[in-house]
Amino acid sequence: MGKTRVIAETGAGQHGVATATGAALTGLACEIYMGSVDVKRQALNVFRMKLLGAKVNEVSLGSKTLKDAINEALRDWTTNVRHTHYVMGTVFGPHPFPMIVRDFQSVIGAEAKKQIIKTEGRMPDCLIACVGGGSNAMGLFNEFIESDVKMVGVEAGGKGIQSGEHAARFAGGSIGVLQGTKSYLLQDKDGNVLGTHSVSAGLDYASVGPEHAFFKESGRVRYTYATDYEALAAFDLLSKTEGIIPALESAHAVAEAIKMAPEMDKEKIIVVNLSGRGDKDVQHVAAIKGINL
Amino acid sequence: MKQTRISKTFSKLKASAKKAFIPYIMAGDPDIERTRQYISMLENCGADIIELGVPFSDPLADGPTIQMAAGRAVAGGVTLRKVISFVSEVRATTQIPLILMTYYNPVFKYGEEKFVRDAVDAGVDGVIIPDLPPDEASLLIKESRASGLDTIFLVAPTSNDKRIKKVALASSGFVYYVSMTGITGTKLTLEDSFIEHINKVKQASKNPVAVGFGVSTPDDAKTIAEMADGVIVGSAIVKKLHENPEEAEEFIKKLREAIV
Repeated sequence: MGKTRVIAETGAGQHGVATATGAALTGLACEIYMGSVDVKRQALNVFRMKLLGAKVNEVSLGSKTLKDAINEALRDWTTNVRHTHYVMGTVFGPHPFPMIVRDFQSVIGAEAKKQIIKTEGRMPDCLIACVGGGSNAMGLFNEFIESDVKMVGVEAGGKGIQSGEHAARFAGGSIGVLQGTKSYLLQDKDGNVLGTHSVSAGLDYASVGPEHAFFKESGRVRYTYATDYEALAAFDLLSKTEGIIPALESAHAVAEAIKMAPEMDKEKIIVVNLSGRGDKDVQHVAAIKGINL
Repeated sequence: MKQTRISKTFSKLKASAKKAFIPYIMAGDPDIERTRQYISMLENCGADIIELGVPFSDPLADGPTIQMAAGRAVAGGVTLRKVISFVSEVRATTQIPLILMTYYNPVFKYGEEKFVRDAVDAGVDGVIIPDLPPDEASLLIKESRASGLDTIFLVAPTSNDKRIKKVALASSGFVYYVSMTGITGTKLTLEDSFIEHINKVKQASKNPVAVGFGVSTPDDAKTIAEMADGVIVGSAIVKKLHENPEEAEEFIKKLREAIV
């Protein structure tokens, strides 16, 4: 492509770290946009990005989270498009970004399918993934879309839908157009985008990938949400019982598994996408629990 | 087709070999009453057409100056609905062509057909929606053509010939040529190919071509006026009105004088 520089936005910091890693490896200049609220709560990943040689630009506009980081990255890209490639971090943005990101993320589903067939000798009954922009979920689901495997996407319920402080676009939003994409959007009656809240930076976003909106309308995927409280409880439980500390984003998917499993036959198989590890969240969770590390 | 106020203005200017001065202000910054005063001030200073920004929470094409102005207007409760009804009030006292510059989501939420109808009824002459490419605008274009609302689309320095043709064809009133790759309020830096590129746009369009983005000084305005049919100045005026309102009139007069 002849480009010498890459930029990306990041919420939880995972995509920023991934982009910075790739840039370091290939010798490309790299700048990452991240909301100032997220810079604070994902300090570990910010440090990682800097170690990898990326410049991290704090975005202190709007809600100071993922949406505003995408706005700034798009503004940068508009300005520097001749020599910069925008490595979009989720299945969102103007076409063909949602397809590009889905296709790259689809390795998750391909790998999951191979593993489950090897281990269990059959297809799973249900897939569960958290949905912020929705890239990890789309990556898992894509491989199974043509099958009859049930799929559940879990949004951030924040402090509950009634509170208005959440990022549950399907439960609390309506159709709108943001950042070049038509999808479900948290907005007021005049079309201004509403502020969002989630304990997890990666799910704290006012809209959702358009293909998710399509699957919601077609009924292929069931979308639900987990609150901050449920996600934190799942974070604790998975850590204690399985020895895996999940990312707070992924903990939303675990929370749904905790709700669904008791209602299902013991022989059924659920695949939960642990899309991120929780190291990055340990400090943030400690702070929420009032523990000074 | 009946000539709109915008095309009449351009024809009149062309007849006397003049270029259009198109200032932009943010509706509702700092409040609607002040916007009313600013419109009459701009007209007195010799504005030919006025662009009224509609405040939006996520103005992607705008730099910090207009982002903050939008933030102030949104906080003051100014919405697309209010801007339209404001225009209908202002129409009692002025006939200057008024263009709404709005992002797409407020229009989408309002309903495109209803938006066109209400805007035209209120006396709006044209609409610029920077995040709506012509490819996605067939409904808006159809409704606007039927009602006499001009649809002004943007051409970028990176647009190829095919794109230029498409934008020119979708536009009425004038074509908005974005001076450089980037967002509003950036320092003007014209590429060497600027003249060649804008001439391509002029050839492709039966409508006039106005240039905006980065035009912030009388000198910038003068340079642009030599090559375009109209000059759009936004951030610099919005900034002046916010930071040194007492100097605004003088500044705007200087811009006007520079555009010949």
